[in-house]
This record gives sequence, structure tokens and C-alpha cells, in this order.
Amino acid sequence: MSTSLEAVAADAYPRMVATLIRVTGDWTLAEDCAQEALAAAVQRWPQEGEPGNPGGWLMTVARNRAIDALRRASVERRKLAEVAALASAEAYEADQIDEVIGEGEVVDDRLRLVFTCCHPALALESRVALTLRTICGVPAADIARAFLVTESTMTRRLTRAKSKIADAGIPYRVPSGPALAERLPGVLAVLYLLFTQGYNADGRPAFAEEAIRLARLLRRLMPGQGEVSALLALFLLQHSRRAARQDDEGNLLPLDRQDRSRWDAAAIAEGLDVLAEAERDSPYALQARIAACHATAPSVPGTDWAEIARCYDALAGIRSTPVVELNRAVAHGYAHGARAGLALLARAREGGELDGHPLAIAAEADLTAREGDRDRAAALFRRAAAAAHTEPERRALLDRAAETERSAPQDRAAETERSAPQDRPAETEHSAPQDRAADVERQALPGRAAETTRQELGS
Amino acid sequence: MKYMMFVCSDTEPDTDQRNLPDIDAWVAENDGRGRRLDGSAFAPESSATTVRVREGELILTDGPFAETKEVIVGFDLLECADLDEAIEVARTHPMARLGRLELRPLAVDGQ
Repeated sequence: MSTSLEAVAADAYPRMVATLIRVTGDWTLAEDCAQEALAAAVQRWPQEGEPGNPGGWLMTVARNRAIDALRRASVERRKLAEVAALASAEAYEADQIDEVIGEGEVVDDRLRLVFTCCHPALALESRVALTLRTICGVPAADIARAFLVTESTMTRRLTRAKSKIADAGIPYRVPSGPALAERLPGVLAVLYLLFTQGYNADGRPAFAEEAIRLARLLRRLMPGQGEVSALLALFLLQHSRRAARQDDEGNLLPLDRQDRSRWDAAAIAEGLDVLAEAERDSPYALQARIAACHATAPSVPGTDWAEIARCYDALAGIRSTPVVELNRAVAHGYAHGARAGLALLARAREGGELDGHPLAIAAEADLTAREGDRDRAAALFRRAAAAAHTEPERRALLDRAAETERSAPQDRAAETERSAPQDRPAETEHSAPQDRAADVERQALPGRAAETTRQELGS
Repeated sequence: MKYMMFVCSDTEPDTDQRNLPDIDAWVAENDGRGRRLDGSAFAPESSATTVRVREGELILTDGPFAETKEVIVGFDLLECADLDEAIEVARTHPMARLGRLELRPLAVDGQ
């Protein structure tokens, strides 16, 4: 696909699918027709030139395909008439609003599609898959690869989810009133999983761009929802480091070894702007503020660790999890000294969930080194290395052990520089939203719990 | 759409049992709005009889078809616009807190 068509498709695909689902009620037909319209564009635009209204052109082709298909299936006349009456190409505008309901409330078909794909009566993993497939147009094979299942498993999961929507009577609707407040966190949790969970073979988040695109869409379609802005800000600020996060061999680089000039300044600026719309102390806003502290800092020692520590205190107040407590201990260690960090770390470990976790051991090693007990710190780094999940992580921790043993006691400045936190994809976003989603819906992610924990904790 | 709502016991009921909704008020409200077509509590599980026919022979078993800790203790047949409405009806039933409810759409023609 040409760059131009790709950009048009990213915008037009969900519009086509969403509108055709509303009118025909047939998810598979809607997807097929939208795909066929894109295929027709790939074939015809290079020869005939891009039409003046590319989105309208695609919608017209998709609509005509749907009419043909319904006619072949000889569906009742009423449905056919509805499809034929669909907005014509001329009426199609970039921000066309499909329907006005209630007291001036406007609803876009794409918003309906988002809320239906993210309906809490569907399993969380199905919601994630359905959102990627139906709204983002990601092929089932790509989703399967990123979520470490076979393509046939993923295809079955998608088919089952679509059948459940039809059979169980899941409505194609954006909830209103108190139901919206109840349902929105579940939608945001799906976006959050898109951003943080699936990974490409090279260890990069597979669907971060899709998550950002969807968050932008939600923010445009549901202005005034502070949590949507907070989530978009969090995505933008995290994603701003994408080019600097790995070395040439694909190893994750800790924050102090990243070339900060490679951070995406435009994304940071936009993230900060969007963050200003969020409420101050919501879970996503707190995480976004932590990300903002890192994004705007000149260096690791020059980071506003006191503010980060305050944000983790607030997150722990909303919902205390071992991972939040671990990060809180690390932040306090930077802000208020190693001793404060070690005290909080000891508390974080009381429940036993962090037992044997490499990051918890590494955090203790780091704080112990800064307190001055180098021998013990080196031994702890080696223990963390033995518990590491990946080979690069293990190598990095063994390097730290060797460095700690070598470094002279008076070499404290260099020590501070060196003991930077890892820049994990889930560095700040580890816990509140998923926990919150589970809280609202009381749903586990079957079969992925262990893996989720692992990734949250920062492989 | 029609939904069969199975009313089930649960080994982990809501820990907070204050302000439980009243079942008679729930029935009156949903009957009145045409959302509940029928329903009843069941006699004790010990009264259940399971019936099978295999190779022409009638096999009767004393008790329910599955021995589980969570048992179906009643049912309500609902008529709702969609799953969201059925969930709204279910969440206000006292057994949503004392036990659990399972919403099963009835198959429509052609399924």
C-alpha cells in the first residue's frame, strides 16, 4: 500500500466496518466488504489516480459490495433498502456524525463498535483480539503471533466472540448515563492491554500505534472524559522513548544509558498538553505524570524523583499491589535515600508475592549498594541474575554485580549514575489499570495470568 | 430476546449483606414492566431426578445431573431488548449478591 492509501485506510477502515455492522448486523460481511474496498483501491488508484474524496470512494465501494452480497443471499427487502440509503460518497466528510440521539448527544458508529468489542460479557482476551481485528483491521495471523497463540486458535477466538455478540444479544450501542461511567474503564483497559501486552519478535510492543490511534479517536469522540486524556497522555509519553529504548542488539537499555536526544520531543509535548486535560489523581493520570517526570528530565539524577514518589504513594493509596509498592520503594530510594527505599521494599515484600522476583532482588541490590554494603549488593545482583527471565536481563545483572565489586567505596557519584532503573515497556504503567479492570469486571485473563505478571514486572 | 436466568447458589456470597433487595419487589417490578415472563424457586436439590434413555432402557438417577457445590435453585424467564437490559434486571436480583445468576439466551429460529 502507498503511504497515502495507508493513511486513508487507517481512518476509513473502522468507519466502513462500523457503519456496515450497524446497518447489516453482520460482522463478517462488514469486515469482508471493507477489505474488498481497500483491495479495489490498491488496484485502481495507481492507474486512475486517487479520488478527490478517498474515504467516500471506499465507503461507496464497500456499501456496493454489501448490497451485492445481501442480494445474493436474498435478504429481506428492508435491510437492503437501509444499506442502499447509506450516506452517499458526497455526504461523507472526515468527521461526519452518523446520528444524533438524546439531548444533543452525538454518536459515531466507530464509538459503538469500540464499546461493543469491549463489552464486559466478552472475555478480556477476546475483547483485545476483536478490537484489533475489527477496528484496527489487523490480520488474525499477526494478532496470534503477538499474543503467542496459533492462528487457528486466534481465528476460533474471534469467531466465538462474534457469535456471542449475535447470540447473546450484546447491543451495538454506546452506554449512556451511569452505565457509561461503569463501562468506560473496561474499554480503556483493553486499549491499555493493546499498548502493553502483545510484543513483536524483536521485543517491541506490537500494537502501541493502534492503541494510540484508538485513544485519539476516543478523545475526539468523547471530549471531557479525563481518563481518556490521561490514558492517551500515558501512551504518548511512554512511546516517546521508543527509538532510544534498545541498543543495536535489541537489549533493553536502562534510562541512564538512553540517548535522550532520540526521545520524540513532539510526542512528549503532545503528551504533556493532553495530560493537562486529565484529573490530577486518577490512576492513568498518575502513571502519565510519572512518565512525564521521566520524559522532561535532563538525566536520571536530574529527575523529579520526589514527584514520582508522591505519584506512587497516591497509586498505592488507590490500589496497592506488590508491583506498585516495588516501584514506590525504588522511587523513594531515589527521592529520599536508600534507607527509605529499603524500608518500603521490606514492606512491599511482606505479602510474599515478590519472592524470588528478579526486579525485587535487583532493587534491593541497588539500594544496598547505595547504602555502601558492596559485597552484599554484589551477591544480591548475582541472585537477581540467577532469577532473571531473559538472557539479556541476566547478562545485565551479572555486569552490575561485577561493577559493584570493582567500584571503590569513594566512587559514589558514578554509583548514582549507574544505578538507574530499567526502562521496561511497562516501566510506570505496571499495575493500576489492569487491576482496576479486574476490579470492575472481576475477570481474570485465563491462561495468561502468569505471563501478564511477568510482563508487568518488566521483562 | 428471551433469556433464561438460572438462579444459583455460590460458595462465596457477597460479604456485605446489608440492604439486600427484596425478591417480591423485584418480581413485581419486572412483571409489571413485562420483562419477567415466568419464574420460580425450585424444591430442594435432594428432590431432583435425572432421566436418561440408553438402548431403549430407562435409567433414573436420584439427584441432579451434576454434583457441584453451586446448584441451580430457581429460574426466571426474561424478555429483554438486549443483553444489557437483561444484565440490569439480573444485577438487582437479591441472588446476584447471595449467589450468582447465569443468563442464557434462548436460541432463535434458524440457530
